[in-house]
Amino acid sequence: MARNESTSGTGTGRRKAVRYAVPVAVAGVAAATIGIGSALASTGSPDLPKISAQDLIAKMAASDTQQLSGSVRVTTDLGLPSLPAGLASGMGGKGGDHKGGSAPDPQAKLTELASGTHTLRVAADGPDKQRVSIVEQAAEYSVIHNGDQVWAYDSATNTVHHSTDRQHRADGKRGGKHDDKGDKTGIGEASPQELAKKVLAASDDTTAVTVDGTVKVAGRDAYQLVIKPKQSESTVGAVRIAVDAKNGVPLKFTLSPKSGGKAAVEAVFTKVDFGKPGADTFSFTPPKGAKVTEGDGKQQGHEQQGREHQGKLPEGLPGADAGFSGSKNVIGKGWTSIAEIKGGKDAGAAVTGKGKSHGSEASSLMDGFGSKVSGKFGSGRVFSTRIVNALMTDDGKVYVGAVSKDALVKAADAAK
Amino acid sequence: MSQAETAAAVRAPSPLWGLSLLRSEVGTTFRRWRTLALLGVLAAVPVLVGIAVKVETRGGGSGGHDGGGPAFISQVTNNGLFLVFTALAATLPFFLPMAVGVIAGDSIAGEASAGTLRYLLVAPAGRTRLLLAKFATAMLFCLVAAFVVAASALAVGALLFPLGDVTLISGTTISLGEGLLRAALIAVVVAMSLMGVAALGLFVSTLTNSGIAAMATTVGLLITVQILDQFPQLHAIQPYLFPHYWLSFADLLRDPVYWDQMLRNLGLQALYAAVFGSAAWARFTARDVTV
Repeated sequence: MARNESTSGTGTGRRKAVRYAVPVAVAGVAAATIGIGSALASTGSPDLPKISAQDLIAKMAASDTQQLSGSVRVTTDLGLPSLPAGLASGMGGKGGDHKGGSAPDPQAKLTELASGTHTLRVAADGPDKQRVSIVEQAAEYSVIHNGDQVWAYDSATNTVHHSTDRQHRADGKRGGKHDDKGDKTGIGEASPQELAKKVLAASDDTTAVTVDGTVKVAGRDAYQLVIKPKQSESTVGAVRIAVDAKNGVPLKFTLSPKSGGKAAVEAVFTKVDFGKPGADTFSFTPPKGAKVTEGDGKQQGHEQQGREHQGKLPEGLPGADAGFSGSKNVIGKGWTSIAEIKGGKDAGAAVTGKGKSHGSEASSLMDGFGSKVSGKFGSGRVFSTRIVNALMTDDGKVYVGAVSKDALVKAADAAK
Repeated sequence: MSQAETAAAVRAPSPLWGLSLLRSEVGTTFRRWRTLALLGVLAAVPVLVGIAVKVETRGGGSGGHDGGGPAFISQVTNNGLFLVFTALAATLPFFLPMAVGVIAGDSIAGEASAGTLRYLLVAPAGRTRLLLAKFATAMLFCLVAAFVVAASALAVGALLFPLGDVTLISGTTISLGEGLLRAALIAVVVAMSLMGVAALGLFVSTLTNSGIAAMATTVGLLITVQILDQFPQLHAIQPYLFPHYWLSFADLLRDPVYWDQMLRNLGLQALYAAVFGSAAWARFTARDVTV
């Protein structure tokens, strides 16, 4: 035993060294385990029979999986300038009046997903029962759809947003983007299924679709579908969708920019279960004392529409043009379609810093974000992110698309 | 004690020796005024939070905070049980680990500075066992401290606010009984979250003969790591800092329970316990105890 150790002799020094090796070894083993663990998780391509891209798309389309529950990790890195919180919410409020963040409006929450990494928990049981929650630090934001009731509960502020399905269906029709499946609130659109559906809907002869081997996602075998735009002006490098080999459910969605680097949008199931979720998953009673906002009335609708614009821009998917309901037309087709929005003169002036109310501060702020360009169309500013570029001309037109700056200028020139 | 007796004791120390050593350690630790004062301070925190919330919402306020303050505070007025979660969330970043740091940091160094360490080592238990008993005592203190905070919060919550069915943060409703069960589970998870600090404190305690120095170093390290955990630039190393997943205990209030972060937290705490526990062992068993 150690207690009456002799302090003399050469053995002590060696024994000390051996003892100190123990914590070092523990730390080393732990580091190695973590390293090997993450290496194992990312490799491993299961052996599956070969399948053609057509068959795989058909399999996805034929998939009738209605029941699932699981966790989705959504990572977005769109290269948007990170705005101070106050400024960002101010811009969000431009569409409607500035009501602030106390009411948990699902559309407002959607814009939150446009940057960083978030964990969503999803559950679905048929077309009438869905639930999506955003997992936050010690709080959760949940949208629960059950029959004709839609509840949104924000636990951080203990507030509830309630609306009936009929109204949301009307909203969806106006936006022209909802189908029967999927939740009616918009947050579910960040799930791999909805993202995959949008991309497939937009793919046509401007798209090359191939199957690129197999992957393992959330412990399930999956085929990897790769969709590449053929047009060179597109800023989208490739879209990869991992499709479950058994039931054709998209398990992973990755949108990589042409410029390389990290994926701009990645939505992946970290855990998935195709069993029937418990019935109480979809029941909701507003907790005692919670503030409940009813989601009807004109003002609400107006604001929602404004927010829709806000939420749409960063999405940058080919289907994004469907969201604009103002005065706009679409130039080009497929991946390089550019939306042209004719705003009032004021809008252009405000953006370029000529508006009186904004003054020089706003102008210098805008200089930080956009770069000046000029061409046959006159001059304007280009705001670029990793996927979406926007050109705002001085006479108040806005060109938005997932295309290079040159293509935007060309489109503006052609429209002149 | 004759030479032969000592040799016999060394060869075959009774297995009960470890237990009785632990019992005497626990007895000395929890009989100390210092320990009782620490627990008293911890019990006072929920009282303060409860009264503050009560006073603030007395004028008919809805208690609807805009997400400010400690977690769950907006639900406290409607259900007193949430004061348990608020109090644990409020004490976990600083009060609880500080108390654990004091107990763990003092464990060996305090004995050394009081001159009692060599008497402890004369007992035929061995240094390894003494260290294990010290660590077990520190962990027991973690558990007691977490439950003191929870019990005090529950008492204050029941006195000042209504109790009833609990709406989880996912929006599903559970009965009060199940809510209490989850609260108890959360207290256990909070206690386990403090394992890393306890092991760190124990290691620091073997490095010095001054109890005060060991306590100050442990608490200082705690604050430093907490600050490092705040810088966004250091996000690469943050998952390996022991306080990083502390607030994950709130995941027990989701439905279904979200285990990922919590398991990561417990794994990280176990890793800290293994690394610093073995470092403490290496240092303590190889060191000359002269005082």
